[in-house]
Amino acid sequence: MAKREYSFYPGCSSQKGASSSNYLVSVQAMCEELDIQLNEIPDWNCCSASIGYAGGGELPRLALSARNIALSEQHLPGQEIVATCAACWLSTRETQERLAHDKGLFAEANQALAEAGLKLKNETPIKHMAEVLIQDIGYEAIGAKVKKPLAGIKIAGYVGCQTNRPFGIAGESFENPLYLDKLVETLGGDSLPGYEKKVQCCGGALAFSEPEKSQEMIKGIIEAAYDHGADMIVTPCPVCQMNVEVYQDQINQTYGTQFKLPVVYYSTLMAVAFGRSAKDAALNGQVIPAKKLEELAAK
Amino acid sequence: MSELNTAMIEKYRTSFLKEVEANVEEGEWVKMCMQCGVCSGSCPLGKHWAHPPQEIFMMIRAGKREEVLSSDSVWMCTSCYNCIVRCPRELPITHIMHGLAHYAKRLGLAPKNQPTAKFAQMMWNNLAKKGRVNELKLGLALYFMNGFGEGVKTALKMKDIGLGMLKTKRMNPMEALGGHAVKDLSGFHKMLKKAQELEDARIGKHGG
Repeated sequence: MAKREYSFYPGCSSQKGASSSNYLVSVQAMCEELDIQLNEIPDWNCCSASIGYAGGGELPRLALSARNIALSEQHLPGQEIVATCAACWLSTRETQERLAHDKGLFAEANQALAEAGLKLKNETPIKHMAEVLIQDIGYEAIGAKVKKPLAGIKIAGYVGCQTNRPFGIAGESFENPLYLDKLVETLGGDSLPGYEKKVQCCGGALAFSEPEKSQEMIKGIIEAAYDHGADMIVTPCPVCQMNVEVYQDQINQTYGTQFKLPVVYYSTLMAVAFGRSAKDAALNGQVIPAKKLEELAAK
Repeated sequence: MSELNTAMIEKYRTSFLKEVEANVEEGEWVKMCMQCGVCSGSCPLGKHWAHPPQEIFMMIRAGKREEVLSSDSVWMCTSCYNCIVRCPRELPITHIMHGLAHYAKRLGLAPKNQPTAKFAQMMWNNLAKKGRVNELKLGLALYFMNGFGEGVKTALKMKDIGLGMLKTKRMNPMEALGGHAVKDLSGFHKMLKKAQELEDARIGKHGG
């Protein structure tokens, strides 16, 4: 397989010591196995995610992502931008579309960028890593790399919101996307395509500001996975992963449940299935250990 | 009441809809709503909204300016985009809610002590400072946003979660001493300042 290169936007939560630093570790292992080279956008900045709107008006918010696209176009010309974080991908793509449809805003964004010595062409495709895997690599090529099938492991594919809406993955439905299920099957695991909460909102950033309201939704996401006999949940989104994993003790206290369900990234599954070590798959980044994956990685 | 708010009331005396169309992000779409209610039924936090999106749209047309802009509801959007993909008229509902929230804040009408309004502002201030989010400082600011006593209680309640994140190296106490930042911080700040100036000029000291 020829090496593929992309311009990479890791985002704040993937940085060292940040909440999804484990995601980045497993993505790197996954990409090594798939001959994907990720070239980090030099000096990228925060996209302001989904709650930037309180402090940032339309143009200041768009300028943030415009700066990242401009930096990519300058330093990594011709390379498609890939984000692993749902919010990073969404904000960057939203900015690209808004500026493509509004010449006035595009001119203003470039006026702001000029202050930093940058210029936006706005011609670079922006992809989520899931699109790279499904569209550029393909299930078949992924399956060919599997050394340790996830045999007998039942995995609920929790797609969440922002990897799914409003853009989503081409060919998938907003209400019942199946790509995580197909990926689980490709890796030799047992998918649970009937999992009802696969696109239920976890509260997103409001898990911080409205914990009770959000945890009520998270409870449903976990409960439905247990109902299907899931051993773990898999997700493509850092906020989904954190929200669904780390509040399980608090939810147990509030609702008298006994949840202890691991929540992993697709890249965690892939790193293990490709035969990489527990460390390379960042299994040490699980607050709730994924024991079945640990056992498989140790084999 | 802020000066900008007074000026806007004066300027758009007869039509709140016109005010929204001219000054709220994606506000020009509001008149397209056909009141089917799919958005309200699709909102994950819908049951907590005093006025779900469908109602907000009709209230805008009915000129209920104060009720809309001081409403807690527009601050309950989780940005799940369910309303957007289901709206039969394809209104960018999520963005309109964000736009209304931002406009209300700009005019000084956002409800005081609304937790998401406060947290979202903290998040913006946090990222605008260094160009990247400092999760540790943002988390601590969140715990202490309702004062020191409340903060200690929240921090204790969140202790186990914090320990879990520390043990897995998904939280770094050293972030308190500076932390991640963009290298061209001066260029970054100048860019944001210019963007703010351009936007302020558009909305105008006395209305756009």
